[in-house]
Amino acid sequence: MFANTKKVEEFAENMASVDTVKGRSLWQDAMGRFLKNKAAVTSVILLGLILLFSFVGPYFAQWTNEEIDWSTLGAVAEKGRPSIESGHYFGTDDLGRDLYSRVIQGTQVSLMVGVVGALIAVIVGTLYGAIAGYFGGRVDSVMMRAVDILMAIPYMFILILLLVVFGRSIIMLFVGIGLVSWLSMARIVRGQTLTIKNKEFVEAAIATGVPSFIIILRHIVPNLLGVVVVYATLLVPEMILTESFISFLGLGVQEPNTSWGALISDGAGTIQYGTLWQLLFPLFFFVVSLFSFYFIGDGLRDALDPKDR
Amino acid sequence: MNALLEMHEIKKTFPVRKGIFQRIVGQVAAVNGVSLSIERGRTLGLVGESGCGKSTLAKMLVGLYPPSDGEILFEGKVLAGPDTGAEFDATRKIQIVFQDPYSSLDPRLPVGDSIAEGLVIHGIGDNKSRRKKVGEILELVGLPPQAGDRYPHEFSGGQRQRIGIARALIMDPEFVVCDEPTSALDVSVQAQILNLLKKLQAELNLTMMFISHNLAVVKHVADDVMVMYLGRVAEVAPVDDLFANPRHPYTKALLSATPIADPERRGERIKLTGELPSPINPPPGCPFHPRCPLANDRCKSEVPALLPAGPATVACHAVEEGRDAA
Repeated sequence: MFANTKKVEEFAENMASVDTVKGRSLWQDAMGRFLKNKAAVTSVILLGLILLFSFVGPYFAQWTNEEIDWSTLGAVAEKGRPSIESGHYFGTDDLGRDLYSRVIQGTQVSLMVGVVGALIAVIVGTLYGAIAGYFGGRVDSVMMRAVDILMAIPYMFILILLLVVFGRSIIMLFVGIGLVSWLSMARIVRGQTLTIKNKEFVEAAIATGVPSFIIILRHIVPNLLGVVVVYATLLVPEMILTESFISFLGLGVQEPNTSWGALISDGAGTIQYGTLWQLLFPLFFFVVSLFSFYFIGDGLRDALDPKDR
Repeated sequence: MNALLEMHEIKKTFPVRKGIFQRIVGQVAAVNGVSLSIERGRTLGLVGESGCGKSTLAKMLVGLYPPSDGEILFEGKVLAGPDTGAEFDATRKIQIVFQDPYSSLDPRLPVGDSIAEGLVIHGIGDNKSRRKKVGEILELVGLPPQAGDRYPHEFSGGQRQRIGIARALIMDPEFVVCDEPTSALDVSVQAQILNLLKKLQAELNLTMMFISHNLAVVKHVADDVMVMYLGRVAEVAPVDDLFANPRHPYTKALLSATPIADPERRGERIKLTGELPSPINPPPGCPFHPRCPLANDRCKSEVPALLPAGPATVACHAVEEGRDAA
């Protein structure tokens, strides 16, 4: 009957190992789908390279961002060109400072602004929205009307006012961006919470006697994270754009600090003197990063498709 | 009488809100004066059409809603009432199995963590003993003990419902409320889950309240059956008696509507006319009178009381007056 006992034994062995299969979480599933998205993966790599550049780049620089190359002064268009032998890989800016070092510095500042702004939005916005949505009723009304009121004030106005009154500093920039960035996040999260809190697994937790705050942290927030992560990756470029715009207006980071926005502003100002590289290098990093963030956000949205499987 | 759970004149009303200012324009009486008692070790089947207050009753039992009026006694102690103001403290002893196995498990948690949550909250055991207990309880409901490491989306509907049952049982409850535990499952799996519930009830000496709108299911698992109509009790009777000899006209209509798997036998079908009235504006008198074939003037004005009739208790003027003989 059992012509091939070896096969049967093998099968039995396989069966024995079936039970030990480790569960795959939805996150692991999503990761698999994300990795199949070529545009998103390419963007992650590009962004990683830019990040790496901003940390490793300084070791290859021959000029610091503050030194002025006096030899180029007055003849930036000819002597300040990008070249390997002068040590100015990206050329110099209008004052004779090394653009390579300046771009690295700007990259660090801009990425930090974007990430910190998005982080504030994620933490404050998620908790605020989840609490408002979960408790509902009057708590929800009061909390969300506060958000409405804050949203009704033009944020550029607040930001400019803050920077003028308290002086221009990176800290003030973070405070200003942090103040406004979490508002729309709170709205999105609150909406999602409303749908999640009526699911039976939340009722099951309430029925077992789990305190509200633990329910929010353990059941509501993890189920929100898909939406939050997608929105946060789209928020990072938005923050960078805001900062760049403010810097472009001349209110953002202060010299000798710089950011992509400030560099692009400088480069745009000197465009008619034949120093196009002063615009193109910062612009290149700016555009590539923004595109990368958007593609990553798109990829995450596809990967974390909220539809239950 | 050794009643484990008693309810006295339980009411639950929900406000109806309208307009921008959310003015309260009315009240929906989802449950309107229900009294019942369940003895230890027995199963009460609760039937009735959609919207008659079955699930609201269940949710009040597990403390998801506080009752608007009346009180619930568990083991003789007041569990919930409008004035007690006390937090629900029997969360360990009363557990619930939900209807929809797809939304009753947190998709982001391994099912073992979902099952063990009650233990963690009530501070029972340490991590290791909890893990062991989760494994045992999973075996009890017919799943491999390693299943606790997996996530809900890796299980089928029937398996998920087993996990839902495991979550209820891990707290060593005395009373389990099953809120239509089989209605989201296909027929073959329904039978498995029902038999599992019956087996567990015998093994663990559980008292159950079993909510369903499938009469065949109730007949299979229940000892007593309570029929609800529009937030009120229509009839309570032992299961065999109810099916053999229904008294309340609504029960009769309900039973005659049960499909019989026999084309030869054509039961007499009692067809109810009209729609289920809105609970916002229930009819005066007996809630069933607009659709009742036996209604008279008394039914239109006076709410019938639950009175004993043989082994059953029935809320019907016609039964009380003996007009139902026809």
